[in-house]
Amino acid sequence: MSGNGGGMNGRRSYKLMIVDDSNIMRRRIERSQQFEELQLVGTAGNGFEALELFKRTDPDVVTMDLTMPRMDGIECIGQLVALKPAVRILVISALADKATAVEAMEKGANGFLNKPFTDRQLNEAIAELMR
Amino acid sequence: MLYEQELKTFVEGTTNFFEVAAQQAATIGSPYLMEGSPAVHEYTGIINISGKREGVVYFTAPKAMLTVLLMKMQENDFSHETMKDLVGEVANTISGNARRDFGRDFVISVPSVLSGEKPELAHKPGQRAFIIPINWRSHSAKLVVSLT
Repeated sequence: MSGNGGGMNGRRSYKLMIVDDSNIMRRRIERSQQFEELQLVGTAGNGFEALELFKRTDPDVVTMDLTMPRMDGIECIGQLVALKPAVRILVISALADKATAVEAMEKGANGFLNKPFTDRQLNEAIAELMR
Repeated sequence: MLYEQELKTFVEGTTNFFEVAAQQAATIGSPYLMEGSPAVHEYTGIINISGKREGVVYFTAPKAMLTVLLMKMQENDFSHETMKDLVGEVANTISGNARRDFGRDFVISVPSVLSGEKPELAHKPGQRAFIIPINWRSHSAKLVVSLT
């Protein structure tokens, strides 16, 4: 996985963007993720905002909700991957059916975590994403 | 006619939210049939269902319960918007569970949220609304399932 070399403490640092239409979920993900090498560059509440933020901040890692107003997560994933094929995207969604997970993966997502989730599940999913 | 397994899917979607997000399980009371106008608390998250079944499912909770739930989730914003956000997330979880268990036979809407208002329930032949009490700590919310 790419990233900015020589981040804090000599580690690589990766830019993180959180996309979810729920304020609670955005704050929860920000608060619960425990990776020092992840630097939050911004949060977005829908796919359009995410695209704008992505172009401005060039994140390496994205957490992506699927059910959002204006532009949903599936469409947004396709557009982010087109802009930066190396971006790592973790879908975090309440949509628990396999067909949705497969659709997200086919668009370019790298992982899938169901809501609701525990802190441990979130961190394990991010660890897997960054491996 | 509503089948027991279908009801179970909606109930589990609701209780799963408490168990995972707040790390404290909710218990369910005895379901009963709704009579009269819809019963609501301060905040209500609704999903509309069409396809194999038609109707609505909603989760309605008092502010006091949602406040404690937010505290358990380490949240420190207890604004009106955050309360709405939270019942929307519970409804979202119910919706996700239903999509997983029922597949594409059920068309399930994106959740919507009401605060203080009563949801509109269509009255069609054979349609009955079940109320399932959702008890958590000292608080009680309701899951209402009204499907043909």
